[in-house]
Amino acid sequence: MFKHHAKLETNIFFLAVGILLTIVVGGLVEVIPLFSIESTIEKVDGVRPYTPLELAGRNIYIREGCYNCHSQMIRPFKDEVERYGHYSLAAESKYDHPFQWGSKRTGPDLARVGGKYTDDWQVRHLINPRDVVPGSIMPGYKHLVRKLDYADIGSHLKVNRLVGVPYTDAQIASAKKDLEEQVFADPAAKPAVAASYPKANIGKASISLTNADPKAVTEMDALVAYLQVLGTMVDFKTVDEKAIRR
Amino acid sequence: MATVEKDSVSGQNTTGHEWDGIKELNTPLPKWWVYVFWATVVWAIGYWFMYPAWPLLNGYTQGSLGYSSRGELAMELDAQKKARSTWLSKIEASDTGAIEKDKDLLRYAMAGGKIAFNENCAPCHGAGGVGVAGAYPTLADDEWLWGGTLADIEQTIKYGVRNANKDTRVSEMPKFGVDGVLKADQIAAVADYVVSMANKAPAKGSAGETVFAENCAVCHGEDGSGQAALGAPALNNQIWLFVKGNKESVAAQVNNPKHGSMPAWAERLDASTIKMLAVYVHNLGGGK
Ligand code: HEC
Ligand code: HEC
Ligand code: HEC
Repeated sequence: MFKHHAKLETNIFFLAVGILLTIVVGGLVEVIPLFSIESTIEKVDGVRPYTPLELAGRNIYIREGCYNCHSQMIRPFKDEVERYGHYSLAAESKYDHPFQWGSKRTGPDLARVGGKYTDDWQVRHLINPRDVVPGSIMPGYKHLVRKLDYADIGSHLKVNRLVGVPYTDAQIASAKKDLEEQVFADPAAKPAVAASYPKANIGKASISLTNADPKAVTEMDALVAYLQVLGTMVDFKTVDEKAIRR
Repeated sequence: MATVEKDSVSGQNTTGHEWDGIKELNTPLPKWWVYVFWATVVWAIGYWFMYPAWPLLNGYTQGSLGYSSRGELAMELDAQKKARSTWLSKIEASDTGAIEKDKDLLRYAMAGGKIAFNENCAPCHGAGGVGVAGAYPTLADDEWLWGGTLADIEQTIKYGVRNANKDTRVSEMPKFGVDGVLKADQIAAVADYVVSMANKAPAKGSAGETVFAENCAVCHGEDGSGQAALGAPALNNQIWLFVKGNKESVAAQVNNPKHGSMPAWAERLDASTIKMLAVYVHNLGGGK
């Protein structure tokens, strides 16, 4: 049993080959599954890249550390599905870099919070959660009524495209315009941003509740636009449950 | 050269490796441990065949048992539906009126409605429907914007108020001041009149009364008792949502009105849950 052991351990050439083989096998086991990663993403309609405003809101979500208390991942368990709605699909976070699945639930899961409340509620709640939910332990974020800095929003879209989000040239070129339009356009007037990004939540969120300049885009507007789109892109009435079984 | 020999101190075999005169003892694993190890290897091979295991180019090996965690969830949900069907099928088959008349069904609907209310509605309407002054109406009193019958309540919950749903309740109060319909003195007069009305002593013959009759009565009613079909609240009592019952706040509402909006719950909740919610809200204290 130990006949060749000594040779392996004392010959530098065999040692190197042995190490190489170990790394190659270990590496392949990690890498090969990634070749078929596409097949794990369910083929469902509706998932689109974030609008510039939503993307800015997402950056604020990450900056403020909302993920420390909130997950965005409804697991395929009975209790979760009953409370939060349809379990999350891989497809729903395919344009998230990085994804916000999270692992800590001090507060409820937010994967399908879009449309659950009105913009008005979201703003009140973010300013001071206890105004609407007595006893809430979530911190207030009233500093978010300050102006959003979005001069570089086009570059944010570009960087996302680099890692695989299919923004078009036109979308990148009009990023700033789209961002402003999503806040200030009249939803009834069918603005271009709504055509480019279906289901975008058009309108100014922090309108009457704060004394922020009504003509400025606030960080609050961006964050609420992001929250309001969460989990709304896929219409589950059109999804074949058998085809997304994993 | 490696030669296996017995170590004289411990009486154990060495591996035959020697480094600078130091020899390595060979202490084999206990037999039971080795057997368990091989058993787990065999188990794993069985597992590969029966459960999803290996990634393939376009998918993965499914395994002979056809297991998937999402499939298991579907089965669990089916089983749960069956377990609940004694009551849920009755809720499905009955309208809200019939549910209220059946004592047992009512108890079931109240319990189910309460759970759904706490998760979905309480963040706005407060626990037990107490409301939030200036923002979200109280549901536990008998003052209604959109009507307090079971059918009204069910409709409001299903389609919501002033949202993107095509069947939502839409009516809005005109911006009398901002849009220049009324002049500042007319607004002041009508605000005075509304305050007098709320105090149960309408100022008969005042300028405000005329403005009210010409501009407000269509929605809020001649005597200010409101009109549920238009979502126009009664103004002849002290129950307010946005205004504080004084002249300034009434004038502000007439100048540039605030409006509430609520999501359409038919987009998130199933029909039985909405029926249970309607019954629950109806029984909070103010149902008509
Ligand atoms: C300290 C932990 C904590 C942090 C940080 C936190 N939250 Fe919360 N959040 C909570 C708790 C607890 C609740 C439940 C009580 C409530 O509704 O206020 C909640 C509720 C919510 C809800 C309502 C969810 C529902 O379905 O009712 C939203 C939306 C939300 N948080 C958004 C945010 C955002 C956005 C941030 C970051 C700006 C954030 N939260 C940061 C703890 C937190
Ligand atoms: C995002 C906040 C919000 C949530 C969540 C919400 N509501 Fe409402 N609801 C409102 C507002 C605002 C109004 C008043 C609309 C208006 O001003 O006309 C309202 C009105 C109502 C009315 C009509 C009241 C009246 O006086 O006629 C009923 C009934 C009602 N809600 C029930 C519910 C139920 C049941 C739920 C949970 C499934 C719910 N609401 C969730 C905000 C909300
Ligand atoms: C087209 C119908 C309509 C007309 C006309 C109208 N209102 Fe209203 N009014 C409403 C509706 C609807 C609301 C409820 C808004 C809400 O709750 O979202 C309301 C709310 C109010 C409120 C706030 C009540 C509260 O509880 O806070 C006051 C005060 C009021 N109206 C006064 C007036 C006066 C005075 C006039 C005439 C100058 C008038 N309204 C004309 C529809 C109307």
